[in-house]
Amino acid sequence: MSANLAAYATSSGEAVQFWVLGTVAVVGALCTILMRRAVHSALCLAGTMIILAVFYLANGAYFLGIVQIVVYTGAIMMLFLFVVMLVGVTAADSLKETIKGQRWWAVACGLGFGILLAAGIGNASVKEFAGLGVANSAHGGNVEGLAALIFTKYVFAFEITGALLITAAVGAMVLTHRERTERAATQRELSEQRVREGTHVPPLPAPGVYARHNAVDIAGLLPDGTPAELTVMQTLRKRGQIRDVSTEALADLKALEQRSEERLGRDRDEEEATR
Amino acid sequence: MENLIALLVGAPLLGAAVLLLGGRRLDRVGHWIGTLFAAASFAIGLALFADMLGKSADDRALYQRLYTWIPVEGFQADMAFQLDQLSMTFVLLISGVGTLIHVYSIGYMEHDERRRRFFGYLNLFVAAMLLLVLADNYLLLYFGWEGVGLASYLLIGFWQHKPAAATAAKKAFLVNRVGDMGLSIAIMIMFTTFGTFTFGPVLGATGETSEGTLTAISLMLLLAACGKSAQVPLQSWLGDAMEGPTPVSALIHAATMVTAGVYLIVRSADIFNAAPDAQLVVTVVGAVTLLFGAIVGCAKDDIKKALAGSTMSQIGYMILAAGLGPIGYVFAIMHLVTHGFFKAGLFLGAGSVMHGMNDEVDMRKYGGLRKYMPVTFVTFGLGYLAIIGFPGLSGFFSKDKIIEAAFAKGGTEGWILGAVTLLGAAITAYYMTRVMLMTFFGEKRWQPDADGNPPHPHESPKSMVVPMVLLAVGSVAAGAFFEFAGFVEWLEPVTGFAHGHSPLSAATVTTATVAVMVIGVGLAYVQYGRKPVPVVAPRGSLLTRAARRDLLQDDFNHAVFVRGGTHLTRSLVYVDHTLVDGVVNGTAASVGGLSGRLRKLQNGYARSYAVSMFGGTAVLIAATLLMRAV
Amino acid sequence: MNPVNYLYLAALLFTIGAVGVLIRRNAIVVFMCVELMLNACNLAFVTFSRMHGNLDGQVIAFFTMVVAAAEVVVGLAIIVSVFRARHSASVDDASLMKL
Repeated sequence: MSANLAAYATSSGEAVQFWVLGTVAVVGALCTILMRRAVHSALCLAGTMIILAVFYLANGAYFLGIVQIVVYTGAIMMLFLFVVMLVGVTAADSLKETIKGQRWWAVACGLGFGILLAAGIGNASVKEFAGLGVANSAHGGNVEGLAALIFTKYVFAFEITGALLITAAVGAMVLTHRERTERAATQRELSEQRVREGTHVPPLPAPGVYARHNAVDIAGLLPDGTPAELTVMQTLRKRGQIRDVSTEALADLKALEQRSEERLGRDRDEEEATR
Repeated sequence: MENLIALLVGAPLLGAAVLLLGGRRLDRVGHWIGTLFAAASFAIGLALFADMLGKSADDRALYQRLYTWIPVEGFQADMAFQLDQLSMTFVLLISGVGTLIHVYSIGYMEHDERRRRFFGYLNLFVAAMLLLVLADNYLLLYFGWEGVGLASYLLIGFWQHKPAAATAAKKAFLVNRVGDMGLSIAIMIMFTTFGTFTFGPVLGATGETSEGTLTAISLMLLLAACGKSAQVPLQSWLGDAMEGPTPVSALIHAATMVTAGVYLIVRSADIFNAAPDAQLVVTVVGAVTLLFGAIVGCAKDDIKKALAGSTMSQIGYMILAAGLGPIGYVFAIMHLVTHGFFKAGLFLGAGSVMHGMNDEVDMRKYGGLRKYMPVTFVTFGLGYLAIIGFPGLSGFFSKDKIIEAAFAKGGTEGWILGAVTLLGAAITAYYMTRVMLMTFFGEKRWQPDADGNPPHPHESPKSMVVPMVLLAVGSVAAGAFFEFAGFVEWLEPVTGFAHGHSPLSAATVTTATVAVMVIGVGLAYVQYGRKPVPVVAPRGSLLTRAARRDLLQDDFNHAVFVRGGTHLTRSLVYVDHTLVDGVVNGTAASVGGLSGRLRKLQNGYARSYAVSMFGGTAVLIAATLLMRAV
Repeated sequence: MNPVNYLYLAALLFTIGAVGVLIRRNAIVVFMCVELMLNACNLAFVTFSRMHGNLDGQVIAFFTMVVAAAEVVVGLAIIVSVFRARHSASVDDASLMKL
């Protein structure tokens, strides 16, 4: 994908690339809006964005293509994933519509909008195009050309967007920061409170007792073999992310027996063979 | 001398102020103060009269300008007075008879604990009436006119604890308002036409004004006169006004209020002279009222209401005479003055009778009182003879002149009006004889009052008797005095005078007048003198029953104005509710209904709003494409 | 191939993103759909840049990215706050602004 190629004509290679990757991008977009889990949506969107980055490169916007990957796919989508994890990574949305007629209106408006937009583009389409060869080479390259524009013609917009970014960062911190309004209880106070209330006077039991996995999401087993949810940390309990391993023990035992059987059988075969 | 004119009004006004603002500490002397101020006004009037007599006939009018009342550019009204022969006549009548009624009231109201207030109102009444006749412009006249209305309201409703009195006062006030509306409209037309209110310029400019305008002004003035003088169709308040104390009735009926209409018409003579159509209406109103009042007077058993009907009838004579133009003005005023004497005397006599009969007013429960109340009988009898036109007494001269002038109107109208006045004279003789016979003659038909006390008729105290005697003297002598002392020449410079050409000779008319009078008296004697009078009124003919109900005037008013007004109001309210409110409420309801539906669009879901935004964007794109395509 | 095809693709992606905004309740997914719409716009800008032969379109796309980054930061912070308060990231739960 040389500069000249991108500048004056669209090669058949680019056409193939467009039709293949374009299809994938549309499928990714559709998956973004149709996946029940937010994390799947995020991943599909990331894929679409990477394809868009490729298209930027194909259109001669080398700087933007790289920025798209670094900023969007790298930073913004990661931010999304962090939030998704914060909110609950495994929680699945119900796709059942609750507002009467909302889906039909949405689809109707979407169809109408899309068709009208396409009609507008078709109405204004031009057969010939300028290409970026001259523009990119005027300052010695795409990045230099952009820089020349940003720091001259668009310098005020650039400064203002900088201020906007800083403001947004501060705003996000203000929004998510929670001021502590009272002093945190000390260890002594907590223990005294426990004794006063009379429930769970001893420390809570640790998870993973009797478990083969040394994991936090596995409830410890009581002496009679039932899992005690109290042993799992509060956050996981609230999200319902507790793994039940009571059946796994039997399955593991079965697997162990099978393996030992195989082993014993092989040994017997070897003994017979030696004999 | 002209500086004294303001005092004529000022004295009773000051008296009213002192009495009404002075409070209870004046209770013991209040009646003397009131009488004193009224008498002072009369004394000033006499002094001015004497001064006026000393001047030549054309130079008698006096003017006094106190200050500019309404100092607006283009709208000037002065607090100014005009005292000419016409006003002088009224001033003497009002203050003279008024003073006598004040004296009479001292005795009559002796036991009323609100006597001081009563005298204050009386003074106010006299002051307002004097202001009315002394004003030199129509606006000030209107001020006095309204003052009379207010004072009459206060006096008629003086015994406000009686619902009938309160209602009567309200009725008098409301009916008067209709007339007042006429006067105010007349004044407005005058102002737009002449640009001033003052009598001189207004009356002097009638020559250059169209007859239509003058007719309009005249008819509005006539409406005003009808209201104050109780002429058909605004006569209904007069009978009910008898609910007031008897001196008030005497004051209203004899000297003051009801004469205001006659004064207004005579004062505006120049306007009426230039509007013959309006004059015809005036005579018709007078003729109708004349018969109306006389018929009502025949049927009433209440002595005061019978006299009230009589008043209405006599004022009808005056209005009729005033409508005849220059041949009648002088006689209208002459009859007004003689009527002032004998009617005041009759009312005071009636009050005296009631005073002796436990405030009984039903004549069917009187009878044979002449022996018990000799002075009242004599004075009342003289008043009676005067009103029926007994030859030689005052009513004879004035009424005879009016009848003569009615014939002199000429043509068919003259014959009709003459016949009506003659018929009225006959009926007058009939009902007054009836009153006389039922009250003073025949057997006693006395009934105990509500508390069971039988009446003990007795002569009234001196303070009541003396005014009656003085008025009786006036009743006897006034007519002859005016006839021979030159009343016509006295008033002629103000009202103008013309000799009518009667188709009948003066002697014929006089003979006819006396003849119908004798017939009326004879009829009444046959009906009430020869036969005993039943205590309970017989059912009577249809006309009698109608007359007892004031010829259905109230029923008519109720049916036409009250019910009509109610229906009009209801239909307007209906239109307001359905149409006007319907439009307003309908708009509000449709907006409300639409909002109720639109409100559902605002369901709080951001996604719904997003759909509308998205749809709106699609529409915008469609519009853009369409515009480009076009 | 005509570069206009890139524009059709951008329109399609934009519409898909918009429909996603309308039909998804999870605030995070809604946000992702908004990002998809922004990216579609960026693709259109870049294509325009190529068709017109100057770099202004790319500059605009660059600014769009910056603003989108700022928007994501604030938006996600809001989502986290709302989730903390309500234990829910559904946009339909925040529907108090109605009669």
